[in-house]
Amino acid sequence: MSTPASQALDRTAVPWLFAAALVTTLPHFAHQATWLSLFTGLIFAWGARLWWKDQRLPGRWLLILLVIAACSGIFVEFRSLFGRDAGVAMLVIFMAMKLLELKSRRDGMVVVTLGYFLLLTHYFYSQSIPTGLWLLLAMWLVTATLIRLHGGPASTLRATLRYAALLSLQAVPFMLVLYLLFPRISGPLWGLPQDAHAGKTGLSDTMSPGSIANLAQSAEIAFRVRFDGPLPPREKLYWRGPVMEQFDGATWRPFPGRYPAERIEFIAAPISYETTLEAHNQRWLLALDAPTGLPAESALNGTLTAGVRQPITQRQRFRLAASLDYRFNASEDAAVLRRNLQLPAGRNPQSQALARQWQASEKSPAAIIAKAIALFGSRDFAYTLQPPLLGDNGIDQFLFQTKRGFCEHYAAAFVVLMRAAGIPARVVGGYQGGEANPLDGYLVVRQSDAHAWAEVWLEARGWVRVDPTAVVAPARIETGIADALPAGEPLPALIQLRADWLRDMRHRWEAINNAWNQQILGYDPQRQRELLTRLGLPDTDWRSLAIALGLACSLLLAAITGWTLYQRPRHDPATRLWHKALRQLARRQVNCAPWETPLAIARRVDEERPELAEAFRRVADAYLLARYGRPTNNLKNLREALAQLPRWR
Amino acid sequence: MGIFASLKQQLFRWQSDGSVPFRLGQRRIFIIPSRGGLLFALALIVMLLGAINYTLALGHALVFLLAGLGLTGMVHTFRNLYGMLITPGRCAPVFLGETALFQLTLGNERSSPRLALELGTEEGKTVIAAVDALESTKTAIPVTATRRGWLTLPKVKMSTRYPLGLFYAWCYLQPAMRCLVYPQALDSPLPAVSSTPNAGERSGDGGQEDFAGFRERQPADSPRHVAWKASARDTGNRPLLIKQFAGGGQLELQLDWALTDPAHSVEKRLSILCGWVLAAEAAGARYALHLPDRQIPPASGEQQRQRCLEALALCQP
Repeated sequence: MSTPASQALDRTAVPWLFAAALVTTLPHFAHQATWLSLFTGLIFAWGARLWWKDQRLPGRWLLILLVIAACSGIFVEFRSLFGRDAGVAMLVIFMAMKLLELKSRRDGMVVVTLGYFLLLTHYFYSQSIPTGLWLLLAMWLVTATLIRLHGGPASTLRATLRYAALLSLQAVPFMLVLYLLFPRISGPLWGLPQDAHAGKTGLSDTMSPGSIANLAQSAEIAFRVRFDGPLPPREKLYWRGPVMEQFDGATWRPFPGRYPAERIEFIAAPISYETTLEAHNQRWLLALDAPTGLPAESALNGTLTAGVRQPITQRQRFRLAASLDYRFNASEDAAVLRRNLQLPAGRNPQSQALARQWQASEKSPAAIIAKAIALFGSRDFAYTLQPPLLGDNGIDQFLFQTKRGFCEHYAAAFVVLMRAAGIPARVVGGYQGGEANPLDGYLVVRQSDAHAWAEVWLEARGWVRVDPTAVVAPARIETGIADALPAGEPLPALIQLRADWLRDMRHRWEAINNAWNQQILGYDPQRQRELLTRLGLPDTDWRSLAIALGLACSLLLAAITGWTLYQRPRHDPATRLWHKALRQLARRQVNCAPWETPLAIARRVDEERPELAEAFRRVADAYLLARYGRPTNNLKNLREALAQLPRWR
Repeated sequence: MGIFASLKQQLFRWQSDGSVPFRLGQRRIFIIPSRGGLLFALALIVMLLGAINYTLALGHALVFLLAGLGLTGMVHTFRNLYGMLITPGRCAPVFLGETALFQLTLGNERSSPRLALELGTEEGKTVIAAVDALESTKTAIPVTATRRGWLTLPKVKMSTRYPLGLFYAWCYLQPAMRCLVYPQALDSPLPAVSSTPNAGERSGDGGQEDFAGFRERQPADSPRHVAWKASARDTGNRPLLIKQFAGGGQLELQLDWALTDPAHSVEKRLSILCGWVLAAEAAGARYALHLPDRQIPPASGEQQRQRCLEALALCQP
């Protein structure tokens, strides 16, 4: 069955290429611009139709025109052709266009290589376990396409898929060795495009009514913490983000200038912990109040916020320590205090009047604070994710009319009251609480744990945390937001789970994800050094690493070559049984030459050993049937016939 | 050049001890990355840089998995040739200018098929063969016959890119096979029947006495025997009809080297003789062949035809 050679693509290989193109581009449709997905989809459909009708492929000029049109569309959409998203869009377009010029096997190779490349681009958007699994599947299919492309029509669907699986499985040991030993370099190697870290959510560095309430509706994980000791009480878990001092009547902003260095007095013993921060694209770490030990790349910025020089653009681990009881800036700079008494002129007159009234009637700042807390503690105030919209005098409106708000409303109103009463105060953004996963012991802090509280400065005591939300909705601090809010609030379903088994499943899933993040995605140069030290290779430079890597890969290659090339001696089972029968004959002095046919031997047995003749004839017949007849149960007959052959003793 | 040539000879020689079937060992198989493999490697490098730049842990994993895939692909491409059993088959004689087909039987004792094997000589066309698991398949290597006489099978290259096309493995086969090439048959009128059949019982136009019927004209038939009237009655483009005579016994032709025009080249004269042999056989005549180095007594039939053509093929005047 020989056919003339040709490099032309056989028609039946084309559906494979379409499938490979589809699985490698499909996940991009989820986040791409609609027109791009539509364009790509139409080209897929057109190419499929041309194939189905066996029509001529479009000419080169039409293709060039289409590419130019698509590229200009991308340019209009992204203002560039080379950013991350624009680049991915271009690859998707090229993949689709290539399907319109499938002529030779080389075109098929281009589709497959492009497909492998596209697989990588999905990791820009997600590196979760489901993505990993989907891409493993896609890689399997693309590899099968490659095999089908070179095997021709002779390679059937099943055999092709099986072969692709075999090859991929054999590649896994190489992947493991390379993953562990390949010298890891911390990226980036060159400047990343502007959009490299687009779409990261998290606490922002400004606060206006509604900003935290919006964030709190997401169940996304902000960071995970593992304490070295036992978990501290929940009401002490204040994770500090930006400290906001400047207020324009609507929005709170951090002071942009420099602060004098902080003076902290730690009262409680420090507890250390490790935090794994998800990318939030900001320059702070969300450390537990108050940080005593910081990683080398981080420093306190004068407001007790642990800052970093570069924004956190990817998941990162930090080791930190905190003292839960502390005294912060017992003597404060006069300029800072002045700044924290300022209020926008002419705004919120009612609140200011109320505060001045307290200032006149009460003797100590502590009493004024108690007054304000008592105000929030009255029954009128409600804690909700959906507060009414507020106008120019937002604080007045909130305090005297609507009386419904989320933590940012309470913190802001409290700070405004304090400032009006002559007590320096400011707003602190961050997270409060977290949920311990009983399976892996990690404390999971979500976006829904985002929080805002207030800090007032008291003579001799320094900055003291006051959380008005704790008065309005004590459950928010003690058990979490799901218990603090009334039913019907737009909280994500994930954190509202009340059924135990659902909660348990979520914990399990998140523990798996955390292990995945920590062990697999978090394998960085640091972890690699630790692993090598544990393997007995401390202080490895890239040279010894390369030697180890080369050695391991060579050994693996040798093992796989041996395993692949070794041919297990295969004997037809019928022949094996027949040889057994011949050995029986040999013991009875009937020696058979290798060229003698079964029937000839049977005839000879007839003459030389008549007592065996009938039994042996049955064996010979059964053997001939098993060897040359239809393969239905003949082997069983042969086995039976052989068993009936009288044994020689 | 000299060193290179001898090195090439050393490397690519057919080391078989002549025993058949021949099993393809690892020393005979060569393997290099193909153009597709280089493209793949380039893509992997770019992907690795991307993975490092964006710190994509799974990107690293993907690149390493694909690199591993490339390596296993290399082993499997090698395996596609390794251990194959090659049995030389026969090769039917051909006329000059035709394509000789050298049969090779490829045997596979492995439990997986060997697909996409490309076989061919340097000049000839390439054929694609596949051998199923535990099966064997016959393949024929086409070689154009350009010279009369024995045509030995030139070096055959068997190559494959299966399964992944990232590597190109090949080996050279040169089984001792040869094919007889007859001269090109040239259509020319048969020589006049000059000798007498049946021991001179008749003279001159022996065998042309009793009309026995018509048959279709063969290229070698003399125009003298054409039944012009009968042919004219017949409409259409059928070949002319020849009057057949009985009674004179069978026609016996003497196809003699000396009857061909000495002005022609040796090859042309042999071609004319070859055409005569074919024509005489087709006419059902008895014929004898007289060559400078060989005499073949009169006879007819397939065996005679073969004997004559063989003599012509090997004739060294």
